[in-house]
Amino acid sequence: MPTRTGAQIIWECLVNEEVHTVFGYPGGAILPAYDAMLDYPVRHVLVRHEQGATHMADGFARAGGGVGVAMATSGPGATNMVTGIATAMMDSSPIVCITGQVPGKLIGYDAFQETDITGITLPITKHSYLVTRAEDIMPAMKEAFHLAKSGRPGPVLVDITKDAQQASVEWMWDPRPVQMRGYRSDLPVTREDLARAAALIRGTRRPVILVGQGVIQSGATRELLALAERIDAPIAMTLLGLGGVPASHPLNLGMMGMHGEAWVNHAIQEADLLLAFGMRFDDRVTGNVKTYAPHAKKIHVDIDPSEINKNVRADAAIVADLRETLVDLLDVLEPADHEGWLAHIDGMKGDAAVRDIQKLPDTGHLYAAHVINDIWRITGGNAVVVTDVGQHQMWEAQYYHHEVPRSLITSGGLGTMGFALPAAIGAKIARPDAEVWAIVGDGGFQMTQAELATAAQEGIKINVAIINNGYLGMVRQWQEFFYERRYAATPLRSPDFLKIADAHGLEGFRAEKRSQVNDVVERARAADGTALIDFRVEQEDSVYPMVPAGADLHAMIRRPERTVLAETGADPV
Amino acid sequence: MHHTLVALVEDKPGVLNRVASLFRRRNFNIESLTVGRTAEPGISRMTIVIDSDQASAERVTAYLYKLVNVLQVEDLGMVPAVARDLALVKVAVAGHDRGALLRVVDETRAHIVDTGEQTMTLEITGEPPHVDAVISRLEPLGIVEMVRTGQVAMRRGDTALSAAQYS
Repeated sequence: MPTRTGAQIIWECLVNEEVHTVFGYPGGAILPAYDAMLDYPVRHVLVRHEQGATHMADGFARAGGGVGVAMATSGPGATNMVTGIATAMMDSSPIVCITGQVPGKLIGYDAFQETDITGITLPITKHSYLVTRAEDIMPAMKEAFHLAKSGRPGPVLVDITKDAQQASVEWMWDPRPVQMRGYRSDLPVTREDLARAAALIRGTRRPVILVGQGVIQSGATRELLALAERIDAPIAMTLLGLGGVPASHPLNLGMMGMHGEAWVNHAIQEADLLLAFGMRFDDRVTGNVKTYAPHAKKIHVDIDPSEINKNVRADAAIVADLRETLVDLLDVLEPADHEGWLAHIDGMKGDAAVRDIQKLPDTGHLYAAHVINDIWRITGGNAVVVTDVGQHQMWEAQYYHHEVPRSLITSGGLGTMGFALPAAIGAKIARPDAEVWAIVGDGGFQMTQAELATAAQEGIKINVAIINNGYLGMVRQWQEFFYERRYAATPLRSPDFLKIADAHGLEGFRAEKRSQVNDVVERARAADGTALIDFRVEQEDSVYPMVPAGADLHAMIRRPERTVLAETGADPV
Repeated sequence: MHHTLVALVEDKPGVLNRVASLFRRRNFNIESLTVGRTAEPGISRMTIVIDSDQASAERVTAYLYKLVNVLQVEDLGMVPAVARDLALVKVAVAGHDRGALLRVVDETRAHIVDTGEQTMTLEITGEPPHVDAVISRLEPLGIVEMVRTGQVAMRRGDTALSAAQYS
């Protein structure tokens, strides 16, 4: 058998796992691995902060459907990854994080840059490994990739001591599939569960299908649409589900929950059956669970058994891959017709549609929703959009209409500000032919702004739209609604973003009027490298409708008549 | 309501931490937790007693299964089971009638496992309520030190919990 160092084994494993790109930052305890890297055909993207590496790996995984890999040294390198790991955990994103650790004999002695990263990340990883011997690296790496991408995906951390990287052992790649006796990801659909679900579906008169990210992760779009059409049921989407069903499909109602449109939430509250497919009844989706969909039986399909009966009690549950479940359901279900129910929901849409921002006249003011809707129009809806967290994220969900899976990448569960820029870089590397837009707020952008330098150094072409309202906008909105407009710590003075772009050798543009939007968007698209647009939008705009946290889903704050209308006296269209 | 969960886990570094951390993370209170070897090499057995309602016990069982090193989980609250707790209790004997203590020993199947000049140490084994009852009879006599192992439990009858199917 040939001899390899532990450091070489790390890269041998990555190459065998078909990893072409690693996002990382070197340091003392991971130096042997970095030294060995030069002999392997793997692209390394040098980030500016390890949090950026984890978000890039995450964006890479979500955009491309593979596993993202991030690498860092021990101590602060590893702890800087924590936010990115937690983000990936909450959104079930498959990433593998490799960290260097101090030599085994120093563990526990508070050595320089020693930290217990497997301990720190225990509750925010799907699983983790502390590897202290070179011969244990391959089993840990193989299991890490298997765990990250199978079942309900998630982040896995592999912490490898420096001496394990330096040691030499006889080594050969073991091509056999991973066997882990305590881990099962391929649970079958049982006949009893299927029959129970099918019986509920046959008896329904007012069904609503709830679609989460599971439809994207199991590649079940086609089967889902076939089922929705077969049983004639409308579809409501979670934030992470967007793109899993085409926005233009007549049965797709749009996003549900805290900032979902009123008709979507009302449809759920009036439904007699909810078919929850690959979603987890997050509190942002249900509002008050005690009054949630009170007339509805619930069918819950999820690959993670611990999601069943966690937030909402299921009347029928199937723990299995969603696509396989839908195929099995399609085998047993007859066509149904819910024309009256669909017409009723359509009727609820009516009054909201007139307030639709797309139909507002151009008064010269710049609204974030205008900007996002224009980007949607100009890109033909074909861009991969990566958003940060806050108002712009919700406006994106409302006004950029996603037609295909993996075209919206956003931090949903953890709500991580600073996610978008690095995740967009990762997304672009996963899909170099895609047009990638990072839509960010002025607050979140500044959290990971340093990664602009990474984009510049790597020659990566993305477009960054800063929705700049001079506030931490979503917090300001909560202060406006729930804290008597006391704007504690939300006004935000930002640097000149065009100079920031310029300092990185990147092009920057600014728009203050709607009439300028088209031009700056086209110029950003035409720029060779990453381009940044500073959109100076209305400062105190709010996202509507809104279900206050913990309130009943049907008790939403409605979109008021737009101030823009009052100012101009224009009639609503 | 008390739930006694039994988990068969792989005997690997950090597994106890993973299990204990899960209960903390999900906001469950552990009343007792014991770990020990089983007849199967590489397999440890944990007995965890929690105070929770039925739905929560089901949730925690599902979370336990999510841990990669956990092979099998059984809620012994759902089936006939035998449960045992063991206590060592050091009781003061100076200054009062030893006869009172010996009566407790006689009537409760406690064992005297050590005697000193000032104290006597008893071993009490039994169902947790039995151990509770004996301890409450010893309290008036003056307990100077006590330790309890926490509960271990096993299903009654021929059905055996085994990790063999996972090998």
